[in-house]
Amino acid sequence: MIIQTKNVDFFYGAFRALTDVTLDFKKNRVTALIGPSGCGKSTLLRLLNRMNDLIDGTRVEGEILFEGQNIYAPNADPVEIRQRIGMVFQKPNPFPKSIFNNITYAPKLAGIRDRGEIEALVEESLKRAVLWDEVKDILTKSAMTLSGGQQQRLCIARALAMKPDVILMDEPTSALDPISTAKIEELIDTLKKHYTIIIVTHNMQQAARISEYTGFFYMGKLIEFNVTEKIFTNPDAKQTEDYITGRFG
Amino acid sequence: MNGQPTHSLMKWRYIKQGVFFGVVRFAALIITLALLGIIVFLLAHGWRAITWDFLTLSPMDSMTKGGIMPAIVGTFYLTVGAIIVALPLGVVSAIYLTEYAKQGLFIRIIRVGVNCLAGVPSVVFGLFGLGFFVVFLKFGSSILAGALTLGFLILPTIIGAAEEALKAVPQTFREASLALGVSKWRTISRIVLPSALPGILTGAILGVGRAAGETAPIMFTAAAFFTSVLPRSVFDEVMALPYHIYVLATAGTHIEQTRPLQYGTALVLIALVLGVDLVAIVLRSMVRRKKRW
Repeated sequence: MIIQTKNVDFFYGAFRALTDVTLDFKKNRVTALIGPSGCGKSTLLRLLNRMNDLIDGTRVEGEILFEGQNIYAPNADPVEIRQRIGMVFQKPNPFPKSIFNNITYAPKLAGIRDRGEIEALVEESLKRAVLWDEVKDILTKSAMTLSGGQQQRLCIARALAMKPDVILMDEPTSALDPISTAKIEELIDTLKKHYTIIIVTHNMQQAARISEYTGFFYMGKLIEFNVTEKIFTNPDAKQTEDYITGRFG
Repeated sequence: MNGQPTHSLMKWRYIKQGVFFGVVRFAALIITLALLGIIVFLLAHGWRAITWDFLTLSPMDSMTKGGIMPAIVGTFYLTVGAIIVALPLGVVSAIYLTEYAKQGLFIRIIRVGVNCLAGVPSVVFGLFGLGFFVVFLKFGSSILAGALTLGFLILPTIIGAAEEALKAVPQTFREASLALGVSKWRTISRIVLPSALPGILTGAILGVGRAAGETAPIMFTAAAFFTSVLPRSVFDEVMALPYHIYVLATAGTHIEQTRPLQYGTALVLIALVLGVDLVAIVLRSMVRRKKRW
């Protein structure tokens, strides 16, 4: 158990986006969060590294524990939490810098100064994100010149460079073509040896292919949470069955 | 034919489009002509006055002869001083307004205040500068008082431009940086500000043009009627180009006789502003070429 949410409610102003979500994420496993648009799955994901702090007028109730510590406790430092819980977004969002500097940006600010150490970190991160062979000769070129799929893998490499324990992925392939999508899915499969991965996806086949656990959300509530195979072959809730068989959503 | 516009209707649309384009082109043409007209007019009347001596000597014989060097130097100091005052203050204010402050009533009041400041007549700034910097803070009529007054005058321009530039930086850049465990201040200083720099420089360009050309704010705070010596400290009075034009054209004893000098001075003022603008524009395009998204 690396992350646990306990009776989490979340509000955008007066609007209640999540109701009483209690959920355990297991270490070094891939957990998928699925559900129709607006069901709260992305909201929950962004709660796990306190990205919803950026939105004015939001409120969290309940507890979210990361390795037993409540990340919403008054003395919890969001910067430290985000260093250990990385995030990959829906649209690839590299900085308008070189490929090399995209990777080194955050580690340098976190205090890594040694040139050799930094170069090793860049190589290791890019290799883990299966991008090294494609970019090793163009590290000084702008990240904006890469294709969408390459940019997304660069964003994953950038997150890996901070050596996080958990990687949150918010529909990471929804802006990509099928070949790039397949590459990212393969990558997720190799990454789970070292990292806990929590992925929000609209694509149910994707959830079935890559995850070990799946949570189904509807109208801000966690309807069902179980091993992926069970969810997709023999779900307990009628709503889950209706959704995965395509009757709504 | 099933619902397609008839031929004459299409034709009518083309005519309407043509008329509209014509109006738009005409408006653009008028603006360009007005600008060209001013420059041609100044060149025609002033070019004979522009000599090496005119640019490098002090005024002589009750300002009917000689040059305008002290005024060039004075305007340069005042303008640079105004930017040094207004740019950091304006950018920091804009960062506070867009990045830190919770959007609400208080921020709206500050915004209204900034906009009102932009609408205050420049002579009021001059009086404020006289009362506050010259008299109360005892700076006297000096470069310091003038630069501060001009700085406050162009502050709203700079805040406005910087705010727009900061807002134009994609939110995804901020999210990407914060999600890597980089603090908010470093996200702003390393990612947001560099991306907003071209827009901020545009604001600075507008500010320079305004600061260099204003007469009323420096009349009571910095500008000397006549001085042949160059300033040695920020507490010295200086001559300034716009005020010099005003003096020659209205307050001298040889108004008709000095017409060529007046046009020449105006020409130099415009050239100086364009020169400073050019530096900022080149700087901006260099920054832009580096940042693309």
